[in-house]
Amino acid sequence: MKVLEVKQLTKTFGKVQALDGVDLAVNKGEVYGFIGPNGAGKSTTIRILLGLLKPTSGFARLFGKDAWEDAVAIHKRIAYVPGDVNLWPNLTGGEVIDLFLKMRGVRVDQSRKARLMEQFDFDPTKKCRTYSKGNRQKVALIAAFAADADLYILDEPTSGLDPLMERVFQQCVYEAKKKGSSVLLSSHILSEVERLCDRVAIIRQGEIIESGSLASLRHLTRIQLTIATKEVVPDLDSQPGVHDFKIENQHYVFQVDADQLDEMVRYVSQYGVVNLESAPPTLEDLFMRHYQGSTSGGGGQ
Amino acid sequence: MANQPNYQTGLIFRFLFKREVVKLLVWIVPIVAMTVTIALAFNGLYETQEERQALAETMENPAMKALVGQGYGLDNYTDGAMLAHQMLLMTAVVVAIMSMLLIVRLTRADEEDGQLEMLRALPMGRLAQTNAALFVLVITNIVLMLITAVSLTALGLDSIDWAGSLLYGSVLGTTGLFFGAITLLAAQLSDNTRGTMMLGYLVLGLSYMIRSIGDSGNELLSWFSPLGILLGSEVYVNNYWWPILVIVLLAIIIIALALYLQQIRDVGAGLLPQRSGRKAASPMLQSQIGLALRLLRTSLIAWIIGMMLIGISYGSVLGDLEAFLGESEALMEIIGASGDMSITEQFISVLLKIMAIFSTIPALVVFVRLKGEEKKGRLEHLLAKPVSRKKMLGTYLGLSFLTSIVMMLAGIIALAGIGVTVMDVDISFNTLVEAQLVYLPAVWILIGFATALYGWCYKWSGFIWLYLLFSFLTVYLGDLLDLPSFILGLSPYYHIPELPTDQLSWVVMVVATGMALLLSLLGFLGFQRRDIET
Ligand SMILES: Nc1ncnc2c1ncn2[C@@H]1O[C@H](COP(=O)(O)OP(=O)(O)OP(=O)(O)O)[C@@H](O)[C@H]1O
Ligand SMILES: [Mg+2]
Repeated sequence: MKVLEVKQLTKTFGKVQALDGVDLAVNKGEVYGFIGPNGAGKSTTIRILLGLLKPTSGFARLFGKDAWEDAVAIHKRIAYVPGDVNLWPNLTGGEVIDLFLKMRGVRVDQSRKARLMEQFDFDPTKKCRTYSKGNRQKVALIAAFAADADLYILDEPTSGLDPLMERVFQQCVYEAKKKGSSVLLSSHILSEVERLCDRVAIIRQGEIIESGSLASLRHLTRIQLTIATKEVVPDLDSQPGVHDFKIENQHYVFQVDADQLDEMVRYVSQYGVVNLESAPPTLEDLFMRHYQGSTSGGGGQ
Repeated sequence: MANQPNYQTGLIFRFLFKREVVKLLVWIVPIVAMTVTIALAFNGLYETQEERQALAETMENPAMKALVGQGYGLDNYTDGAMLAHQMLLMTAVVVAIMSMLLIVRLTRADEEDGQLEMLRALPMGRLAQTNAALFVLVITNIVLMLITAVSLTALGLDSIDWAGSLLYGSVLGTTGLFFGAITLLAAQLSDNTRGTMMLGYLVLGLSYMIRSIGDSGNELLSWFSPLGILLGSEVYVNNYWWPILVIVLLAIIIIALALYLQQIRDVGAGLLPQRSGRKAASPMLQSQIGLALRLLRTSLIAWIIGMMLIGISYGSVLGDLEAFLGESEALMEIIGASGDMSITEQFISVLLKIMAIFSTIPALVVFVRLKGEEKKGRLEHLLAKPVSRKKMLGTYLGLSFLTSIVMMLAGIIALAGIGVTVMDVDISFNTLVEAQLVYLPAVWILIGFATALYGWCYKWSGFIWLYLLFSFLTVYLGDLLDLPSFILGLSPYYHIPELPTDQLSWVVMVVATGMALLLSLLGFLGFQRRDIET
């Protein structure tokens, strides 16, 4: 069942084309990663999902309802955390959290709220004016996770959190997922996306250029191999799908396109393999390839 | 069910109201207190009918009409009519400013700073914040109206009765409602706080100006200004209620339009098109002065135009004044044989003082911008680069001094240019310009004062506006209320010689300029040693 569905979404700001036909779909119970370089259109997409911006064309539906028309009904079932949290300087963090929760109209489990504040090491009695960036972020995170939502929309929710807090955040996402909630997570921290997300979409210049499960995306990329053989392997560097070839300590070190792996292993095995190490491509490798535009071939190290 | 634009208005209203209530009382209480005090003072000062009739005569004067509105009920001049003539328009302008600031704070400012985005992602109707802000506006103005009406009636003065006082309060409240509505509309058009306020002030300024030209000459023109219409209620004499009705209706139409626009636009956006900026900083922008000038460009241009418009409207009054003095020989006799020249000059000197005070505002705006930059945390970026604090403060201070000169020139050149063509008394262009420019040292004292406040007590630097308001009131009400000279003397403008009549005193000029420099220096010392606020 689709919790969120976006089809052929475009948005222009004056002459700037921010989105150019974006398609997205998030299923129930799924954690969906949304990545892409600065200015790619992640926040714009999310603002449209929240009914803050009106799409130029295309549609965005959450729970089968239109993001712009039915914003109020939709917002009763979601929680949002932006990357830049701006609060009222004269209110305390605790007051703001209570205001947000009250507006969400959800039943608040006080012990859960207290536990979150403790886990996030957050002092709710200070005025928002005095909070550091990370602490302002915590206000939004606590308000979001203190009550259940069917869908969490998180736009770089951990920018400004220290690694310890980052871990608390990941715990929150796990728990939400366990309860059957869905999550849309936009982030530049790829290890975080890799750890949390079931599926990922990569956006660049307002277009989705890749999407699918991490496993299937890995399929599209290269695997790092380190091989030692008894005999010299002739012409290894000119075999199909081989990139970044070098020899280190009598080991061949290179990358191979995932779909050429089978051929490659057959080829080298003729020469007596004594050692073979392979590393799966990280999301970062994947990402680098797409970020760096159409430059193919030599990869981008 | 779908698209509930008003959902959660109540909750947001309570939230905004709690936030604003103290600020609003800080506006309302002094406004009412001043109105009541002045009413009592008039009653004490002008006890007999003759004294009041003498004052009524001055209401025939076009310069007076330009300043405060048309006179009415002059045959039998009462305390009530006197209060309404002298105070209603000015108080209404103050209430308008209060309402404009209120609406901007509650709508565009929250949107610009990003709080609205957080709220609108929660289940909250598209109009909830705007509705709530409007409720705060309406309640504020109704409270102001009732408190004013009750307090004035409670004075128990004959002519200041309940019917008149209720209308007096209603004129104030309606002005607030109308200009609040205008600002709400402006907040839909501009995508930032400064632009919104500027549009609001533009409408207020034009309303005042159109009324001013209309009241002193072509009376038809006044009906094209909301302020002109409201003054048409002739409070305490005829008590017409229809102007209230007309303006409330207009306000409702404007509000409806603003709500409609609010509902169809993106959060954070304005409906006026945005130009795209330069790719790289021009060499100009890379200097301190260049950056400051760039930040202030639009408002400086707006102010120069504003000053020229004020100059033009006051300049054109001078002609009417002439004609009036020629006609009413009776008045000449009452006032005394000092000749028409000195009366014209007397009015000119009041106008020049008011112009001097007006040109102080943009000069202070320039300086206060530094505080704004500090508050928004942008000063940090600059000071983190090799820019010394001294240079930073010096830049804004220098610009502020420069602005005072430019603004004063813009205003007086317009005034004198129009003035000498419509007047046929021998008062030369140069005399007028000179008579205006002698006020510069007084303006500088205020700038120096602002610097000292900024350097030593950042939190209280807004106090400078109160000081300016006080100075304005001493000019505006000094004579009427017969204020003692030690109070008048607290305003720097008081000590400046009034040129065509008085002698130019270099001692005063030098002492005043010296004081301004001393205060500025003090500001530098303080700024060197205090923390930068964030
Ligand atoms: N209000 C606006 N007016 C004009 N252009 C805009 C506006 N908002 C966004 N843009 C443009 O739309 C594009 C997408 O911006 P968006 O904020 O969605 O990027 P993003 O993917 O969230 O980037 P980041 O990773 O830096 O947060 C950018 O080119 C941006 O300049
Ligand atoms: Mg973004």
